[in-house]
Amino acid sequence: MPHKWAMVIDLDRCTGCEACVVACHAENNIPTAGEDQAARGRTKHWIRVERYWEGEFPNARIRFQPVLCQQCDAAPCEPVCPTYASYHTSEGLNAQVYNRCVGTRFCANACPYNVRFFNFYNPVWEKPLNLQLNPDVSVREVGIMEKCTFCVQRIHGAEIQAEAEKRELKDGEFNPACVQSCSPKAMVFGDLNDPASEVSRLAKSGRNTKLLGELGTLPNVNYLERNS
Amino acid sequence: MEKTSEQIQRDLVRPLYRTGTAYWIAVAFCSSLVLAGVSAFCYQLYHGIGVWGLNSPVFWAFDITNFVFWIGISHAGTLISAILRLANATWRRPVTRCAEAITVFALSIGAIIPLCHIGRPWLGYYLIPYPSERHIWPNFRSPLLWDFFAILTYLTGSVSFLILPIIPDFASIRDTTTGWRKRFYGALSLGWEGTPRQWHRLETAMHIMAIVIIPVAVSVHTIVSWDFAMTLVPMWHTGIFGPYFVVGAIFSGIAALILAMALLRKFLHLEEYLHPIHFQNLGKLLLTMSLLWFYFTFAERLTTWYGNGTPEMTVFWFTIRQKFAPFFWTMVFCNFIIPVPILAIKRLRTITGTVIASSTIVIGMWLERFLIVVPSLERKFLSYSWGTYRPTWVEDTLMASSFGLMALLYLLFSKFVPMISIWELKAGLPEHTPVVAVEVPAGATNLSARESPFPGGVSS
Repeated sequence: MPHKWAMVIDLDRCTGCEACVVACHAENNIPTAGEDQAARGRTKHWIRVERYWEGEFPNARIRFQPVLCQQCDAAPCEPVCPTYASYHTSEGLNAQVYNRCVGTRFCANACPYNVRFFNFYNPVWEKPLNLQLNPDVSVREVGIMEKCTFCVQRIHGAEIQAEAEKRELKDGEFNPACVQSCSPKAMVFGDLNDPASEVSRLAKSGRNTKLLGELGTLPNVNYLERNS
Repeated sequence: MEKTSEQIQRDLVRPLYRTGTAYWIAVAFCSSLVLAGVSAFCYQLYHGIGVWGLNSPVFWAFDITNFVFWIGISHAGTLISAILRLANATWRRPVTRCAEAITVFALSIGAIIPLCHIGRPWLGYYLIPYPSERHIWPNFRSPLLWDFFAILTYLTGSVSFLILPIIPDFASIRDTTTGWRKRFYGALSLGWEGTPRQWHRLETAMHIMAIVIIPVAVSVHTIVSWDFAMTLVPMWHTGIFGPYFVVGAIFSGIAALILAMALLRKFLHLEEYLHPIHFQNLGKLLLTMSLLWFYFTFAERLTTWYGNGTPEMTVFWFTIRQKFAPFFWTMVFCNFIIPVPILAIKRLRTITGTVIASSTIVIGMWLERFLIVVPSLERKFLSYSWGTYRPTWVEDTLMASSFGLMALLYLLFSKFVPMISIWELKAGLPEHTPVVAVEVPAGATNLSARESPFPGGVSS
């Protein structure tokens, strides 16, 4: 049976530390936008921690919600791409084929979560940051869309390793960068088609909700609602 | 008051021979606008789309607004002309060619804009379904691909629809001139001799084109609307968009046609051909479209209000009460409140009146497209990722140059082609009515190339 990669994010555990954001930038060769570009609304974070306030000061409560590509099963970004740059893989991921992207930006408009990012300029890394580029991830040029891949390079790496050792993938054997760096262990990644996996177990929780689930996009990222 | 055949020929061909200083000034001005646009585009190509004001999440703004605007303007011509031809409205004769020319030029500009707006224009050919060695095809589910085919079809159809009825006019110029013009118009007239067979074929071709082009035109703007409606974005995802866009397109198209006619009338001295009656009749059409536009806008807004969905209402109030309210109410004034009284009251429906109404409508319809594209993207679902858009000088320049290009193409066209169909006008003269259509053996060439043997003109 093919894998069905999914994530569970426990909002009760998220502290909003943004370690996931930093890890994602390092793993996926995402340049920082800089002060000027950020002011113009062009920050690029494949994962971001959204902050919402509940109530008024001093009785305010803050709520954190990490938002990344939801890897929807019925993804609105996929049918609108005229060149098939945005397509659905056999493992249920929304892939973005950089070579095929001409940059119509239709997918980004169609995405209800605003988790697709456009390269307004060619990316630059100030020295010596250029030395920390991840060789497993392609650097995206000006004019194309990019987005969270669930660290597809790690998925493929682990699959190849398991195949070479003639064994099945083990649950928790590898994790996307954001999950790996989440110190309160709010994020769990795994295969939903494996009923014994941690992700399958948590997804059955009564607290499970989908972000904008009412839109019918069938996201593969599950949020466990706050109890506290 | 009625003109003779010779006077018509002389008056309408005159602009092809005489060029005043004002013409050169206009050409120079428009060319400089186009040049500025080309420079801005090169600058953008070198640096990236970042030189525009776009951001995350407003990934479309001026580019797509102008795209929809120009495709909308292109619905003036061919559609109006085809409907008037099929309805056999005789007053259409001096109007059709300026209308058809608007279609071809506005559509060409509309077709260029998506190429300038994509991130990697040099790979635009990926949208063409060519047999690639890697067996990759474009995505036929994407409305952008439908756009590509619809615009290509409409452009091909409109060019044929424009050129077909010019052929006899090219031939008549060829027969009355010498030198390079004789060779030039000789080549353009494609061997037209004015034989009954040729007239018959022209008539058949025009009839077929007039019927075919109407559904094509309707489909084009419907598909443009589906670029928006096929997403989940609040206020985009609505079934009314198809007909709403078609109505808006014809609305702005007629307004553009009236403006073009008024300019031609003044600068080419066509006062004796473009009469107040033409402006009045088009004014009535414009009035109908204005009322229809208001009906659609009202229906769309009222349905949204009763639906009361949170994402939709966020955009709804954002447009009519908050940030975009000044633009929204200007649009309502420009498209409805100002033009309706002018066009409804007979005393005001003069040339000046229709020109004023048309000017406000062109502005209002541009705003309408802007208000469809931008507010929805600024206020999409998750409030944490809301955005703000502000255009940069590059977008402003590109927009100005699209107007410059339109005017330039029109100016050049008017220098090489009579802007009013000579043979169709002559066919409407009383001297033609007693002509009896007799069986003429094929190949008979005793008829002048300029005169149609068919009473009342060839096209029906």
